[in-house]
Amino acid sequence: MSQNVVKYATLPNGLTVLVETMPAVQSAAFALLVEGGSVYDPPQQNGTATALADWMARGAGDRSSRELLAELDRLGIQGNETASTQHLVFRGSCLAINLSSALRVYGDIVLRPHLEESEFEAVMSGVEHGLLSIEDEPRQKVMVELLRRSYPHPWGQPSEGTLADLENMTPETVREHYHQVVKPRGAILGIAGNVTLETVLPVVTEVFGEWTGANSRTIPFGTCSPVQEHLDHESAQTQIGVAYPAVAYSDPEYYAAWAAVNVLSGGMSSRLFTEIREKRGLCYSVYATLNTLKDRGQVLCYAGTTSERAQETLDVLRTELVRLGDGIGEDELDRCKARAKSSLIMAQESSGSRAASLARNWYHLGRVVTLQEVRKEIEALTVQTVLDYVHKHPANNFSILTIGPQALK
Amino acid sequence: MQFHQTTLPNGLEVVAELNDDAYSVAFGFYVKTGARDETTAVSGVSHFLEHMAFKGTEKFSAEDVNRIFDEYGADYNAMTGEESTIFYSSVLPEYLPQTFELQSSILFPTLRQDDFDMEKKVILEEIGMYEDQPSSVAYDRAMQLHFDGHDLGRSVLGTSASVSALTSEQMRTYHAEHYRAGNIVLAVAGNTDWNTVLELAKQHCGHWPAGADARQISAPKSVAQTQYILKDHCQQEQIIQLASAPTCTDPRRYAAELLTVIVGDDTNSRLYWELVDPGLAESAECGYYEFEGAGTYLTFLNGPPESTQENIDRIARLYDAVNADGVTEDELEQAKNKIATRIVLRGERPMGRLSSLGGNWLARREYRTIEDDLQTLRNVSIRDIRELVREYPLLQTTTVGVGPLSAP
Repeated sequence: MSQNVVKYATLPNGLTVLVETMPAVQSAAFALLVEGGSVYDPPQQNGTATALADWMARGAGDRSSRELLAELDRLGIQGNETASTQHLVFRGSCLAINLSSALRVYGDIVLRPHLEESEFEAVMSGVEHGLLSIEDEPRQKVMVELLRRSYPHPWGQPSEGTLADLENMTPETVREHYHQVVKPRGAILGIAGNVTLETVLPVVTEVFGEWTGANSRTIPFGTCSPVQEHLDHESAQTQIGVAYPAVAYSDPEYYAAWAAVNVLSGGMSSRLFTEIREKRGLCYSVYATLNTLKDRGQVLCYAGTTSERAQETLDVLRTELVRLGDGIGEDELDRCKARAKSSLIMAQESSGSRAASLARNWYHLGRVVTLQEVRKEIEALTVQTVLDYVHKHPANNFSILTIGPQALK
Repeated sequence: MQFHQTTLPNGLEVVAELNDDAYSVAFGFYVKTGARDETTAVSGVSHFLEHMAFKGTEKFSAEDVNRIFDEYGADYNAMTGEESTIFYSSVLPEYLPQTFELQSSILFPTLRQDDFDMEKKVILEEIGMYEDQPSSVAYDRAMQLHFDGHDLGRSVLGTSASVSALTSEQMRTYHAEHYRAGNIVLAVAGNTDWNTVLELAKQHCGHWPAGADARQISAPKSVAQTQYILKDHCQQEQIIQLASAPTCTDPRRYAAELLTVIVGDDTNSRLYWELVDPGLAESAECGYYEFEGAGTYLTFLNGPPESTQENIDRIARLYDAVNADGVTEDELEQAKNKIATRIVLRGERPMGRLSSLGGNWLARREYRTIEDDLQTLRNVSIRDIRELVREYPLLQTTTVGVGPLSAP
């Protein structure tokens, strides 16, 4: 496995820039994480971060909203601005030769957004339409509502927002929020592609060097107890979401947790797919995934099935989650390792995925994680280490959310 | 990048674009069969058959298939559309031989009865899942209305009734007709060498039955129709509109792609500024889809039911303006840059090149490099767009709505 070089620097204002040089590609991608995700939304104003991300891109620096998007197209920059739980996320991909121009445009969006009052109503309509669309997509809604219940508030509140909160948001509250959270201290800019830190750093310094301040708000982690709840919906299928506690990305046992979830749901030979879909034909779609915040994580499971077979699906799902503690085959772990090896090597073909990983790793661990390191950690796993993890963090205390015509037991 | 091509004695066409600098190799079997090649009696059989491939052969059981792909860390899947069924994998070069053997053999599955019965349940679940998605319901119905009586109007998944009634014998007959070497293209992109490709193809595909089946192409006659499907628990109304556009062999298809990016891309397009930016709709997009002997402009609108009719009227006025006055140099230039970046970024991964390589060869027996695509794009002029809309104007011929509206 050849080695791409990763270098980084932290500007005096606290913005960290990470650059992975990928000589085999023509492109470059960036991901800027600013600590202003939905967890920082003011109380009863969930949706603020999402509204802000949209508003910021509607005119910035010397450019109007139209001129801004025209410029991005002219430069061939595929960009977007979104809110995650923890961050406002600004991402873009382009040819490497256009990266400097892309960063300048995004510098305007982050530091000099117009936040014009005349755009605000349209921004809020967009947020509302997005939420109404989730209402019409029960597959998406079940996971949004599961997270809301399985993480302590406000860590589980949807980054997309909450319909009832929208009326509490005004141009003033959202603008005030911009001044509170869009700050360089702790912000992370991950860049990957056919570029080097040496050439990129002067541009980053020019664009973001004058940016000052820190988001001083900290959001404590509360506690919450497992719940089981059902939401009525007129539909052919019942959507099932199940969550239970796991460790965070920064935990030394993270890779064991990753392997445990992959035995359950990594590839078509994994247990959930085999037991629920292949052997019983209960579902078209079933999966489990590891979701992680900075200090904790959860396993999130999904299954969608015809309502008459929903109870059996939930029963088999729970049984399989618990059965993991009974033992794991060498062959099962070997397949996880093989899949990881391929996907880590192929990740080197995608500047977008590398840029996002660099930034995410820095946020969770405060350091660079190379693909080689991940590979080594995964190779070092044994059935015993994975089982030890499963015994220490058994599948129980399930939070269960269902959406469909009938509640389940 | 090196291009190679050959045809095996049984008619299997093999194309490869090889690149020593890639980390992976992607390969796919492009079978020229899909919903349009079915009869109404076996509607959904192409897609069901795609699922059954993964149930294995005499040599490989269903469990073997899933297990072996995972053992080699393959990123693999399959998909079925109106006119093709595609089986593809992306792997590290050292695992190409093993995954190739498996992937090629499952195109001729055993179709065991118990597997068939079990998989039928999964397909019915898949149909149920899409029934709960308003946009899928709208798409299926719009295609059905727009291509009224034409083979492109048939749903890819089929219906619960057609799939429930399907027998494994019917599937066997369908398979024997359509899965013949002359109907299949093997495409390979990424890091391997041509000799390896040739050897693998000869060894694992050389014995496939020869022959091809000629698809009868009839011209669709689309009649303006409107239908609203009531789902009163929905919050938003989803609209799909279809109109005629160039076919997959029409040179004007590049102009059609540019036109729809200018008019209906998800950002910085005319529809975006008219409806999405001001917050009138959640999405308003227009895309171009090519088929053999047909093509469509597809308009998608998702937004509040109470303003649906007004939004449809806005789109109509916007289309009228484009049909009358064309587009501006500025718009064309921006759209070209946008598409060029997409082509280059997608082309950085063997999987991205595979879809272009296999798709072009299946549809047109044509190889195009990234540079060819960029050059063609650069050559499209304002005049080409004007000529396109004269022949194929942007229209709202067929309209289907799914949501709380029972009529507009």
